[in-house]
Amino acid sequence: MVDEEVKIGVFICHCGTNIGGILDVPNITEYAKTLPHVVYAADNLYTCSEVGLTQIRENIKEHNLNRVIVASCSPRTHEPLFRATCFEAGLNPYLFEMVNIRDQDSWVHMKEPERGTEKAKDLIRMGVYKAALLEPLEKIKVSIIPSALVIGGGISGMNAALNLANRGFEVNLIEKEPHLGGLIRSLNKTYPTNEDASKLLEITNLVEENKKIKVFKSAIIENIDGFVGNYKTTIVQNENLTKIESGIIIVATGASPLSPEGYYSYNGKDIISQMELEHLLKNNSVYANNVIMIQCVGCRNEERKYCSNICCMGALKNAMLIKEKNPDAHVSIIFRDIQTKGTTYEAYYRKAREKGILFIKYLPEKPPVIKKDHIQVYNEFLNHEISISYDLIVLSMPLIANDDSETLAKMLKVPLEVNGFFLEAHVKLRPVDFATDGIYVCGSAHWPADISECISQSNAAASRASTILSKDMLEVEGSTAEINEDLCVGCEACIKLCPYSAISKDEETDTVIVNKVICKGCGVCGASCPHQAITIHHFTGDQILSAIVTYGGEE
Amino acid sequence: MGTNKKSVMVIGGGIAGIQASLDLAEQGIEVKLIEKNACIGGRMAQLDKTFPTNDCSICILAPKLAECFRHPSIQLYTLSEVKDISGEAGNFKVKILKKARYVKEEECINCGTCIEKCPMRVDDEFDMLLRKRRAIYIDYVQGVPSIVTIDRDNCLFFTKGACRICEKVCEREAIDFEQQDEEVELNVGSIIVATGYDIFNPEYIETLGYGRFPNVVTALEFERLICASGPLGGHLLRPSDKAEPKKLAFINCVGSRDIKNNPYCSSCCCMYTTKEAMIAYEHDNELETSIFYIDLRAAGKGFRDYIERGHNEYAINYIKGKVAKILQDEANNPVIVYEDINTSKVKQIKFDLVILATSMVPKKDASKLSNILGVELDEYNFFKGGFYHPQKSSKEGIFLCGACREPMDIPNSVIDGSGAAAKAAEIVMRE
Repeated sequence: MVDEEVKIGVFICHCGTNIGGILDVPNITEYAKTLPHVVYAADNLYTCSEVGLTQIRENIKEHNLNRVIVASCSPRTHEPLFRATCFEAGLNPYLFEMVNIRDQDSWVHMKEPERGTEKAKDLIRMGVYKAALLEPLEKIKVSIIPSALVIGGGISGMNAALNLANRGFEVNLIEKEPHLGGLIRSLNKTYPTNEDASKLLEITNLVEENKKIKVFKSAIIENIDGFVGNYKTTIVQNENLTKIESGIIIVATGASPLSPEGYYSYNGKDIISQMELEHLLKNNSVYANNVIMIQCVGCRNEERKYCSNICCMGALKNAMLIKEKNPDAHVSIIFRDIQTKGTTYEAYYRKAREKGILFIKYLPEKPPVIKKDHIQVYNEFLNHEISISYDLIVLSMPLIANDDSETLAKMLKVPLEVNGFFLEAHVKLRPVDFATDGIYVCGSAHWPADISECISQSNAAASRASTILSKDMLEVEGSTAEINEDLCVGCEACIKLCPYSAISKDEETDTVIVNKVICKGCGVCGASCPHQAITIHHFTGDQILSAIVTYGGEE
Repeated sequence: MGTNKKSVMVIGGGIAGIQASLDLAEQGIEVKLIEKNACIGGRMAQLDKTFPTNDCSICILAPKLAECFRHPSIQLYTLSEVKDISGEAGNFKVKILKKARYVKEEECINCGTCIEKCPMRVDDEFDMLLRKRRAIYIDYVQGVPSIVTIDRDNCLFFTKGACRICEKVCEREAIDFEQQDEEVELNVGSIIVATGYDIFNPEYIETLGYGRFPNVVTALEFERLICASGPLGGHLLRPSDKAEPKKLAFINCVGSRDIKNNPYCSSCCCMYTTKEAMIAYEHDNELETSIFYIDLRAAGKGFRDYIERGHNEYAINYIKGKVAKILQDEANNPVIVYEDINTSKVKQIKFDLVILATSMVPKKDASKLSNILGVELDEYNFFKGGFYHPQKSSKEGIFLCGACREPMDIPNSVIDGSGAAAKAAEIVMRE
């Protein structure tokens, strides 16, 4: 290949009127024919249509093209298609180069078509110079261990494990406590059906009895190694080490309720937390006639800005349970915004109002003040302070990230957001994936979530995980970073910057090593290396420089 | 039984259905994706940007559309509706009506010539009727599949028996007026319903003046007005006089949390009105915005920070209170009449443009589909899921995802799509 004469074919797309309606495509095509190594150039109305693709395939054969350029839209949407087309015609897919003359040209220069046309010529010339230096690359194949590791045995973890087991995969479920069940074990009843929490815990038996699920209780993770398809996790149980191999990992470690100590004269007696109220209700030992619940205690403030998502529904549930037991009881909820989105929860809120529960909105700058037997709170609607007597005050505390989530995040090499919850790959479209392949998140480890949300998310995580586990082999990106050991001084700048944690230190040689399976070829390391010791294949220094130089840059 | 079919039918090609389809296909399960419209993409394709990242909506959606189209395990049935099902979990027989496109799918390359020459102008549903399209058209520029469709109800040949210009200008001879609707039979192991939602018509609340006052628009109309690919090319002008609005008001809960209309909360409006106000401000930093709300529902990840940014960096004024009515002055400026909470007095504020955050409502054909599938709807006509297993419908083997079961935002629709895929995979992969 190295000695072979470079023969470039350039296909220029009109993209209907998107490009062709603005730029002078025939003129650009004639220009492309004059560029070095270009043996064929043509324009199509839609290069991505079957007609356009056939034309690419036929001309690769007819003109023995060994480099193909499509000048059209964005590689984000269309590069895989054109690469596949080249491959079908026998060309290594990495000998394809895409030039974006739509998003970066015709769309932004609609009002100056002549200059847009000149820019397209520049862009295509740069593409041609780069393409002449392209090298064939191979995708890396990885085998997949067809079993899962689920971290956390609460409702999310158990549900994810069951789903994967029902799909036929082996599952290892690890729980740091001696029991499965997580936070549900502390609940009395669950909303919106107000059935006993123990009912939902029946899933515990299904998990423990499932032949495909191996449960490890009182288990602490010591170490996690590996990459997609091949994770190796070491756990400790009573000083015994176990190594677990898995193709994927699901993080379902949940969250913890914030301690009420130090908030609103909490005393654990007549001023208690919602969690403590759950316990009292379970034992049928709530005797108060005047109950006040305060929402957003310890959150939506400077220290903890977020809304904990599940406390409003929890308070509504307990308020209604108290009312049901004792219809004469006065129950008030002092709130900021009631979070009952959707159909069922809003109906639940309506039901609470119908049952005579009093709702009083407070402002963060004028929070309620607890006196000996009454509470004073400023009310915006009435524009004055009101007093309500109480014999029980219940504080709604938020869920906060677990103490050990940072340790786990480091072992998994995945990020946390500012409040310590796990940070997914994309807030909109990849809500249960991490940027690192083969690791997923669900439930309150991601963000405070209630039972139905935990189940939805754990189903979703199981589905995403199944997309890996159902394959024997996985192909990963061939365009990756490579370290030149002679130039690397082991400064580790790249290790800190790599968003995929693909680079590690080789203590023996005092240089760094790239794990090509994990590397996505993003180029951050290459751009930041002070000694130019890193080559990003498909975006090598030579390739990029030749494009810049032909544009007019200086070498 | 040995009849379990390793294939799943997904009804609805919006973001929830797309996610479900892609997850299943990536697991090697055959997917039949049924879409009523000519292109997949759903509501998300109509949005300008998405909260809380303010990503361009179509830009993040388009790669998924392309993936759905290209994936060897996904078979796309556009212009198609489910007519009948029989059988049970593991082995459903489905009848699909695939309506004639009058364009040969394999031949059309969406060159646009026919669209250019078509003499018939029709209100464009994708652009919320804010501009005209032709009778031969594509739903939207980035639509997938990228081929045109003849709108039978408006085509001059079908209505008046004359024209056929598209046929004459098409070099690829892709136009086929002889095409007939066809019935297709499918055999699938499981079914996922992902039919999405409709928008509440605010004309039902007469006091808000929608339909009578030109400068009162819905939030989805606003998305199109402010979108670069929309009818105004992204340069916001108000409908009455094409002037640049300087004072905007958003009204939340229009038709929602309202016992006379929809008692439920639409889940997304607090966030998307903030987003729309932010985008408008980015276009014009002199803009003043007020958002009228009942409760600010911002419990999702990063949502509180987003509202705070709206207030601090985008000059959004959040006003708690329900709007009583909208009046209009002689210059077509909408005037909002509301009760000021602090003074308990009725106040009026004049705006240049008012945007109504209208409820997400069940699809109007939800009951028809529920009858065909034999699954239950809830009291509002959303598909009824389990309280703790929201993706489970009332019938084994049929699952629900996205806003067809309850109003929800994009991340939750994606979670739901993947979640429903997990449940469907359990059914079709069991031995």
